[in-house]
Amino acid sequence: MKTLNEIEVTKKSEFKSTDTKMEFVNIFFAGKRYRVLKGLTILKALEFAGYRLVRGVGCRGGFCGACATVYRTDGDYRIKVGLACQTMIENNMYLAQLPFYPAIKAFYTVDEIKPSGDLFLRYYPEIMKCLQCNTCRKVCPQDLDVMRYIAAAQRGDVSRVADLSFDCLQCGLCASRCPAEIVHYHVAQLGRRSYSRFMQKPSTHLSKRIEEINSGKFNNEIESLIKLDRKELEIIYSQRDIEPEEEIAPKKDED
Amino acid sequence: MSYPELMIESIARVEETRSSRLKQIMPRITLEEKQILLENFHPDYKSESFRKLKIGPNRGDKVPHELADLLEARSRIEPKDFDLSRVDYETEVLVIGGGGAGTAAALTAQEQGIDVIIATKLRWGDSNTIMAQGGIQAADKENDSPVRHYIDLVGGGGFVNIPELARALVFDAPMIIRWLESLGVMFDKEPDGTMKTVHGGGTSRKRMHSCRDYTGMEIMRVLRDEARNRGIHVLDFSPAVEILLDESGKCAGAILYDLETEEYFIVKAKATIIATGGMGRLHVQGFPTTNHYGATADGLVLAYRVGAKLIFMDTVQYHPTGVAYPEQILGQLVTEKVRGMGAQLVNNEGFQFINELETRDIVSAAIIRECTDRNLGVVTPTGMVGVWLDTPMIDIKHGSGTTQRTLPAMVRQYMRYQIDITKQPILVYPTQHYQNGGILIDENAQCSIPGLFIAGEASGGVHGRNRLMGNSLLDILVFGRRAGKNAALYASTTKVNSLTLKHLEKFHQELIESGVGLERVSPMLLPDYSSHLSKIRRKGGVIIA
Ligand SMILES: Cc1cc2nc3c(=O)[nH]c(=O)nc-3n(C[C@H](O)[C@H](O)[C@H](O)COP(=O)(O)OP(=O)(O)OC[C@H]3O[C@@H](n4cnc5c(N)ncnc54)[C@H](O)[C@@H]3O)c2cc1C
Ligand code: SF4
Ligand code: SF4
Ligand code: FES
Repeated sequence: MKTLNEIEVTKKSEFKSTDTKMEFVNIFFAGKRYRVLKGLTILKALEFAGYRLVRGVGCRGGFCGACATVYRTDGDYRIKVGLACQTMIENNMYLAQLPFYPAIKAFYTVDEIKPSGDLFLRYYPEIMKCLQCNTCRKVCPQDLDVMRYIAAAQRGDVSRVADLSFDCLQCGLCASRCPAEIVHYHVAQLGRRSYSRFMQKPSTHLSKRIEEINSGKFNNEIESLIKLDRKELEIIYSQRDIEPEEEIAPKKDED
Repeated sequence: MSYPELMIESIARVEETRSSRLKQIMPRITLEEKQILLENFHPDYKSESFRKLKIGPNRGDKVPHELADLLEARSRIEPKDFDLSRVDYETEVLVIGGGGAGTAAALTAQEQGIDVIIATKLRWGDSNTIMAQGGIQAADKENDSPVRHYIDLVGGGGFVNIPELARALVFDAPMIIRWLESLGVMFDKEPDGTMKTVHGGGTSRKRMHSCRDYTGMEIMRVLRDEARNRGIHVLDFSPAVEILLDESGKCAGAILYDLETEEYFIVKAKATIIATGGMGRLHVQGFPTTNHYGATADGLVLAYRVGAKLIFMDTVQYHPTGVAYPEQILGQLVTEKVRGMGAQLVNNEGFQFINELETRDIVSAAIIRECTDRNLGVVTPTGMVGVWLDTPMIDIKHGSGTTQRTLPAMVRQYMRYQIDITKQPILVYPTQHYQNGGILIDENAQCSIPGLFIAGEASGGVHGRNRLMGNSLLDILVFGRRAGKNAALYASTTKVNSLTLKHLEKFHQELIESGVGLERVSPMLLPDYSSHLSKIRRKGGVIIA
């Protein structure tokens, strides 16, 4: 027998189907059963079920880490995790969202985080309690080698922490599962800021240009451009020379 | 999941023509052809999708219906009955919106030694800023100059950019990059500290600075971390729903609505900064969008009601290559890099129809023509139409492994749906990307209302009618910092009189008199993506449109 959902969806719906076979699956959200269209992400399945989400959703595109979700699939004892906007539902999936995880962040000014062997230990001494269970790595939706960057932090290897952790979305899933109660993403943030501030060289061309601008070097030229009418500007624009592109992977147009 | 039957048949046709297409470059079209293409197929030229506003500072100007519906709408509160005597927070500067512009503004205001509160709609940082991948522009290389940047900027914007704003953008740019550098933003650099820079659409010099493929995320992470360190007060899940004025007509704070407890809170502030971002979630003309969940034009609505003028709201930026299949990631951005590396755009029959390196508006219009007029689009099982972006060509042209190496996030994303983009093409369609215009500001990031400052995508004028990639991340920081500084200076010399919502009463009156009526309510705050059926159930079974 068809449920009301199925009849309605095939009759009038936002899913204008060309092959009308709509399949449905069960999901259990916080223990409660919903019948939803097959093939949706967890995020869209919850909305299909009628939720107007406030928590647990942000960018909807895998960038912000707001939609961390814990789930179990049919017949599997293991707890799984993923981003609701990136993970597809399965029949009889049991899930709960984890949109916030209590975590402690160290406070510092950027000048006091010079790289040193004990930088991370000063602010996050608990990293020494890592059991090397590798859970953090297994849960990371960005496939980061989280355990390795924690090991690098223990050694005070700032550039390694920065490099290995760069793609971190700060979703909190690693911290939620870590038996040593480490807050990996804050450790990583400290590492990246320390690295960029002190281990990367400042750009000299940047200082030079700022000096030039402050000294008024370009003022006259800009002022005379501002005075031009549209036709004159159009000519200057179309006659400007363009720096040649020698890379194999040119970036074109807007992102 | 991979591709369904019908789409696989179409892919076979794409494969059949691939070897001959590899040798073939589609000629660029002439200026006249471009104009005809745009007029017939670019969404901005579809006059029935716009209407003239009946009330407010932009009366008579045309804007998309979706935006007009929000601008011509009543407040969710009843101004006469609202008790303004119970002030919940008092601060010198209130920043509305916790994205890149808002956080930069708050940091800068606080540097002036004054109190700041950030009120934001979702979590702090859940924003368009965090989604920006490509990069940020600044003319800081030897062969470049702010003058060149200026020329590129106004050329891209259709020569209508407001000159003073454009000048501020290009002059502040190197200083902004230096600020980010000093805060510990991890730019892509050579070992000697030289910034690695590349071209972007419409740049005449390579001035696109990047932080790998996550430029916006890296900037947002660092600004937020810094603001946390400095103890800036943040109220999250608390969108502003109305701007407050005082008896003398100055801006005096805002009314916040707690999305969780459904309570209203009054923030009294000497200066207020609107940094609420864009409007992708209005789905103008039904387009999908790349924007985050909270991009619903709230700031435009709030500012319009207190009498601020909008500019360039009749142009919307569409990104030509948004995901059209699978449905799960509909509308998300497929970076231009893919076309830059040689993937061609191909229709249902396997034929090219436009040089993929034409400008964004032209490519968008050409894709729309293919999918509508020419009926040569590919239809998906959910009824979406699109054209193929022939991604396997990248590895064929540049050697196997290139796609994996240069576009790892994209390969990973499609693999989740069992689509191997190195072996199969992907389906794309234009997607709503950026709000070119916004609330009109001056060089100090101030709008026409004393005490009200605007920064970021919510503001308008600097980009003219079309923003170039990398100038937006720049704009939010340039004008975020200017707004923060000027709001702080202004706050230190001003006094707020008693609060009022008289402007709202007047606005409601205008709604009635113009015949618009009081039915629609705004700001939208969040889109409602619950299914049609649950909407019916919520209304007790009444079928709604
Ligand atoms: C996918 C994508 C890729 C992009 N790539 C690039 C790029 O490579 N280079 C570039 O320069 N630009 C890029 N852009 C554009 C750029 O990222 C944005 O225009 C810019 O970040 C906007 O910043 P903002 O601070 O003004 O707004 P946002 O970052 O969107 O922040 C606005 C904040 O205000 C909050 N808010 C909204 N309404 C309210 C309310 N009523 N009350 C309180 N808070 C509210 C929102 O929740 C949000 O947190 C891209 C955009 C997208 C979507
Ligand atoms: S989960 Fe915690 S204890 Fe386990 S490896 Fe990761 S950091 Fe170490
Ligand atoms: S490292 Fe932790 S917080 Fe960062 S993305 Fe991975 S699981 Fe999420
Ligand atoms: S909603 Fe942002 S990562 Fe899922």
